[in-house]
Amino acid sequence: MKIIVPVKRVIDYNVKPRVKADGTGVDLANVKMSMNPFDEIAVEEAIRLKEAGKAEEIIAVSVGPAKAQETLRTALAMGADRAILIETDAEVEPLAVAKILKAIVAEENPGLVILGKQAIDDDSNQTGQMLAALTGRPQGTFASKVDVAGDSVSVTREVDGGLETVKLALPAIVTTDLRLNEPRYASLPNIMKAKKKQLDVKSPADYGVDIAPRLKTLKVSEPPVRSAGIKVADVDGLVAKLKELGVA
Amino acid sequence: MKTLVWVEHDNASVKDATLSAVTAAAKLGEVHLLVAGSGARAVADAAAQIAGVGKVHFADDAAYEHALAENIAPLIVDLMGHHDAFVAPATTTGKNVAPRVAALLDVAQISDILSVEGEKTFTRPIYAGNAIATVESSDPKLVITVRGTAFAKAEATGGSGVVEDVTGAGDAGLSSFVGAEIAKSERPELTSAKIIVSGGRALKDSETFEATIMPLADKLGAAVGASRAAVDAGYVPNDYQVGQTGKIVAPEVYIAVGISGAIQHLAGMKDSKTIIAINKDEDAPIFQVADVGLVADLFSAVPELTGKL
Repeated sequence: MKIIVPVKRVIDYNVKPRVKADGTGVDLANVKMSMNPFDEIAVEEAIRLKEAGKAEEIIAVSVGPAKAQETLRTALAMGADRAILIETDAEVEPLAVAKILKAIVAEENPGLVILGKQAIDDDSNQTGQMLAALTGRPQGTFASKVDVAGDSVSVTREVDGGLETVKLALPAIVTTDLRLNEPRYASLPNIMKAKKKQLDVKSPADYGVDIAPRLKTLKVSEPPVRSAGIKVADVDGLVAKLKELGVA
Repeated sequence: MKTLVWVEHDNASVKDATLSAVTAAAKLGEVHLLVAGSGARAVADAAAQIAGVGKVHFADDAAYEHALAENIAPLIVDLMGHHDAFVAPATTTGKNVAPRVAALLDVAQISDILSVEGEKTFTRPIYAGNAIATVESSDPKLVITVRGTAFAKAEATGGSGVVEDVTGAGDAGLSSFVGAEIAKSERPELTSAKIIVSGGRALKDSETFEATIMPLADKLGAAVGASRAAVDAGYVPNDYQVGQTGKIVAPEVYIAVGISGAIQHLAGMKDSKTIIAINKDEDAPIFQVADVGLVADLFSAVPELTGKL
């Protein structure tokens, strides 16, 4: 089977985001950008399934600006076979991304689509579930274990109370949680090889998808700031503070 | 506006997260509830007691027992024919089901709202809570998930809702529940605890975590949390994780032990009323948000603290 892995170019997770002074968004100029960490986990899982003989081809897909090609090249260097960039400079909401992915799913007919559970920029946590809805496929969200066997996939999910396992008929949609795997680093030879792999560039219009946003961002502001308090010298000082707070 | 609120439950009782979602929904208009489960009549009856609730739609079917999104979403979409907003708590169940509903309704979901600013305007955290966006929907219907710590809990009793049975299509035939490992604990639940003691990577291993953090938590009647690093290292299970992608908590007192304070962790606990940090690195970022800090080796300080309380 084929596996499609959508990847998003986002602010690097080590960078502290700064809100623009005019309140229109977060300042991304000259900020280090990387593949969304959950998407790296998705790419890794797809590669492991291929290595285990459960999949034949991995297609990485990104919806975003021309620079998202770098993110796709990273996926190719990790081990994806080819890539598709749906190029747009517009901010595309999860619903529109899901519609584009639905069109690609219709063309490629993958057995699995593995997505990150959320992107660390908008923190929406929607795209996988929406794609599952639009394609009428089952969804295994927040996966910490994925086990493909025959015509179904068992997905162990990280839920509020612990872990839950569901069995989904293939084709299916899976979204990754942190503990699914530890993504590999691309080796230098693989980075070189990735430069020669196929990367098609399309536009949302090629898939007939209207990406006009449904949500209007009226403003983006700083959260209330916490300031550092006091330091106590020793445990006795801490005990006194806890007594003041009425918890001891 | 007529809202439909997802009732989070375990087929026996209503979970607290529901009550914050009810408060958020009440700011939009009339509050109706959906209890979808199996053998969950007691949940529907209890839900009808929540203050301010009108109708309780009750769908009882084996296919709804584990809230599988494939089975639940069509039921909600049907009910949305006569509701204007679907409101779910931002629990793992709410996060799983709501986007599936939104896509079927062709609506952009608004995730994890912090406040209701107008009929279609909400604030929500982005970038791990490092920025707050105010967004306005242009869709004819709303699909919203609610951050529990941002809204007071509605009163669980005093209401006089009417339970009305509804039927849905049942099993969509796409997915099935295999099993669950749900941790049983005598300690308070993380998301509703008044005091939380959280441990980080500095705790070394699961035995040390257990021996260091648990006695302090038990002394204080506190829930136990952990940083991502501690969970990744296998000291404690995943449901302990506090942070951007784990649980969001806002207790009266949050005690961070051996946690450096990565922005992803701060995202999950910085709305706590009082933050106390114990860390041997005086430059650890956690001290920039802590109300009370103690620079000390946790392996001597925590047992001493536990002993002196």
